[in-house]
Amino acid sequence: MDAKRKSEPALMKNRTTVERKSERELVVTRTFNGPARIVFEAWTKPELLKRWWAPKSFGVSFISCEADVRAGGTYRFVFSHPASAQPMEFFGRYIEVTPHSRLVWTNDEGGEGGAVTTVTFEERGDETLVVMHDLYPSKEALDVAITSGSTGGFSETFDQLDEVLITLGTSVGQ
Amino acid sequence: MVQYSRTRFDASFAALSDATRRGVLEQLGRADASITDLAEKFHMTLTGMKKHVGVLEQAGLVITEKVGRVRTCKLGLCRLEEEAAWIERYRQLWDVRFDELDKVVEQLKRKEKVDGRKKKE
Repeated sequence: MDAKRKSEPALMKNRTTVERKSERELVVTRTFNGPARIVFEAWTKPELLKRWWAPKSFGVSFISCEADVRAGGTYRFVFSHPASAQPMEFFGRYIEVTPHSRLVWTNDEGGEGGAVTTVTFEERGDETLVVMHDLYPSKEALDVAITSGSTGGFSETFDQLDEVLITLGTSVGQ
Repeated sequence: MVQYSRTRFDASFAALSDATRRGVLEQLGRADASITDLAEKFHMTLTGMKKHVGVLEQAGLVITEKVGRVRTCKLGLCRLEEEAAWIERYRQLWDVRFDELDKVVEQLKRKEKVDGRKKKE
C-alpha cells in the first residue's frame, strides 16, 4: 500500500448546501475529494452520469441517458419511477462546455419557465469545489418551480426520498 | 440546515424594523385585511400604507391579492416556510446524488492510479 492511498479521506462526507441567492437564482455547492478533471468527467460522460444522477435509493431508474456534451449539443434523460405511469423526461441544450472548469445547459422540459444551469469546477488542492447555479427567467418562474415542487424533476419521489433517508439513517454500516 | 441568503434576511429585518409594519403583521395575523382597512386602522393615508405593504411584500412577509377593486393582504409566512421546506428537500435530493457521485469519483481515481502504474512498468 502506498502513502498516497492512506491520505484518501474515504469516510469523510462533504456537505451539500442549497441557497436561494436571489429572486431568480438557486445555488447548490459541494466539495469532492478528487481533481477537477475527474469530477468533470463524471458530469460529461453519459455512462458515468448515469451512475449517479438517478440514485437507486430513490427508486428512479434511467430508461435512456443521451448527452452530446459540447456547445450546441443536446441531452435527453428519460427516467421511470414506479409511482409514475409516464416516464419522466428532461432535456435541453449545452450552451458552454469548457473542459474541467465550466458547463452551462438549458432545461427545456418546462417550457419558457426553465432555468439555465451553470456548473463550475474549481480545484483546491486534492479537492474540487462544484458550484451549481440555476438562473430562472423570472422570480415568478422560480416561485412556480418551488410551489409545484418541480425543480430537479423528482417531485413525485420526494416523499419517497424522505422515507429512503430515514431507512438509510437506520441502516448505516450495512 | 436551510440557508437563506443574506439579502433575504436583510429584506426581512428591514421590513420588521418599523413599528407600523410590525403592527400590520400582527393585524394580518388575526385576519386578512384590505389596504384601506389597514390605512384606517393605523391612521394613515392610502399611499403611506401602500408603501409599507410594498416593503413587507418585497420581504415575502405579506402577500397581496387583488379581487375586483380591493387589494387584500395576508401573511406570507406560510409561503416562506413552504420555500424553506422545499429548499431542504431539494438539498437532500442533491446530497443523495452527490454521495453516488463520490463513489464514481473514487473509482475513477483508483483506475487512474492503476493505469498510471501500468504505464510505468
